[in-house]
Amino acid sequence: MTAHVAEKAPRTAPAAPVREKGRAGTWVRLVLLLLFVLVFLIPVYVLLVTSFKPLTEADPTQAWNLPKVWTTEAWSVAWEKLEPGIVNSFLLAIPGSLISAALGSLNGYVLSKWRFPGADVLFTLFLFGMFIPYQGVMIPLVQLMVNVGDALGVQLYGGIPGLVLAHVVYGIPICTLIFRNYYVTIPDELIEASRVDGAGMLRTLWSIVLPVSGPAFAVVIIWQFTSMWNDFLFAVFLTGPSSWPTTVMLNNIAGAVTTPYSQQMAAAILASIPTMIIYVLLGRFFMRGLMAGALKG
Amino acid sequence: MTRVRRWLPGLLLVSPSIILIAVFVYGLLGWNFKLAMTDKHDEIAEIPGNFVGLENFTGIWSEERWGLSVRHAIVFTVVFVGGALVLGWLLAFLMEKGIRAESGFRAVYLFPMAVSFIATGVVWRWLMNSATGEQAVGLNRLFHYVGLDFLQWQWFRDPDWGMAAMAIPAIWQMSGYIMALFLAGFRGVPEELREAARVDGCSEWGVYRHVVLPMLRPVTLSALIILGHISLKVFDLVVAVSGKQIITDVPATFMWTAVYDSHDPAKGATIASYIVLSVAVFVVPYLIWDARKGKR
Repeated sequence: MTAHVAEKAPRTAPAAPVREKGRAGTWVRLVLLLLFVLVFLIPVYVLLVTSFKPLTEADPTQAWNLPKVWTTEAWSVAWEKLEPGIVNSFLLAIPGSLISAALGSLNGYVLSKWRFPGADVLFTLFLFGMFIPYQGVMIPLVQLMVNVGDALGVQLYGGIPGLVLAHVVYGIPICTLIFRNYYVTIPDELIEASRVDGAGMLRTLWSIVLPVSGPAFAVVIIWQFTSMWNDFLFAVFLTGPSSWPTTVMLNNIAGAVTTPYSQQMAAAILASIPTMIIYVLLGRFFMRGLMAGALKG
Repeated sequence: MTRVRRWLPGLLLVSPSIILIAVFVYGLLGWNFKLAMTDKHDEIAEIPGNFVGLENFTGIWSEERWGLSVRHAIVFTVVFVGGALVLGWLLAFLMEKGIRAESGFRAVYLFPMAVSFIATGVVWRWLMNSATGEQAVGLNRLFHYVGLDFLQWQWFRDPDWGMAAMAIPAIWQMSGYIMALFLAGFRGVPEELREAARVDGCSEWGVYRHVVLPMLRPVTLSALIILGHISLKVFDLVVAVSGKQIITDVPATFMWTAVYDSHDPAKGATIASYIVLSVAVFVVPYLIWDARKGKR
């Protein structure tokens, strides 16, 4: 539509008249964008409004109305039901994202600055791990965790440590990718200089590379935290009732026909609060993680 | 010798990750394919199944439910990939020349990406409630308010096009991401190039047609790959919106029931293999192309 408006602009005219014509186009664009904002926020409205409604107002004719009486009753019930899952999710996502970042940093450093023959092929083989549908490894993964757990006398399958392991392993490709692309921007001369000064690989990592790695760590930790928090597939295959994270618990709460809508919605909001806080406060880093998955090299 | 000493430490440092990827990605994929080629249709039996070749892979096509889930996946993929691509492109197009409060718009379009499909599925199940008439809630009720009652339908419970409805929440969730990709693509076109085209007498539309759009091809390809692989393995969203109902069955939910309800590992592995193959068919060439491009 804008192109259409702009098309009529005199071709020979310099910048100023084009801008004049462009003003109408700008308004059209603004109105369209605002319309989309409204559409995008419909689910948010429904979530909030429904979660504050008392049971007496759970009637189809009032479905879209604001609550007449605002109550947090549904919120407290939802919190009570969901709390163990939220605790489990933190126990999963905090250590998981930190381990992921550490591994990603090592891999990214080597694959960008301390390359060995075949490093590129290896990197491509890693990347495939980012795209595989995890369904393709799930059945053997369960089997492997049961076997290894039995052999070592620890509980891997059904518990949180096993879930952390799975997320860390399948997170290696994206974490390596983000760190590698970040470290590529460090000038090779810096690494070379450090090498000439007699510093080894680890020494260079520690005193040259890590001190400037802050942003990459932020991107990876936020990315991994969010995906671990929001994951359902691994959780539903690998954990048992006592270690269910938020998503599985939420699905059980919301999937039960007896749960009133108000509680379902309150639980859905509660389950989303940690990642929403991250998104609002650290959206910049979240964005970079998103883009890393798509635009490479 | 000195050259080896130069790269060996690096290889050692990455070796834990190499082993993990080798075992957990390639090893387990191979294990899964092997399992899919056995007759281990009972998980309790201690003996490993006998090798039966591709029997499971061909046999599954005679199951009505499998055909249904494949059809569902195709409908979902077409609507979701197409919808997210078009909407994402449109949003980026509307914003690419800069607009007031751009970061605010971006924040709104992108926030669904930070939330799980399970959480958003809760509200979409309400919005797409199939009740009509007096009992209508959700979007059907909203249609009634604005006098568009004829738009009321069964949403994801529609036997023919239910999966098209299932794609709506997915489009809502992912189009902001596609918008961000395209926006970066639009902004990556140097202003001088557009200016040069204008000087050469290109209309503003011509600038898009001949300069900007061709330069967006790599971004479009990335977006297609991302959307496609998300689409073919879609699981959380379907579970959150409709549970295990056959009417919205896709390969991933079928696999879940094969493992946990039918207790049939070989069948689960067969379905999983098909999901992997459907993604690998286009991701592997993409990765090879990407690696070659990187070398040049």
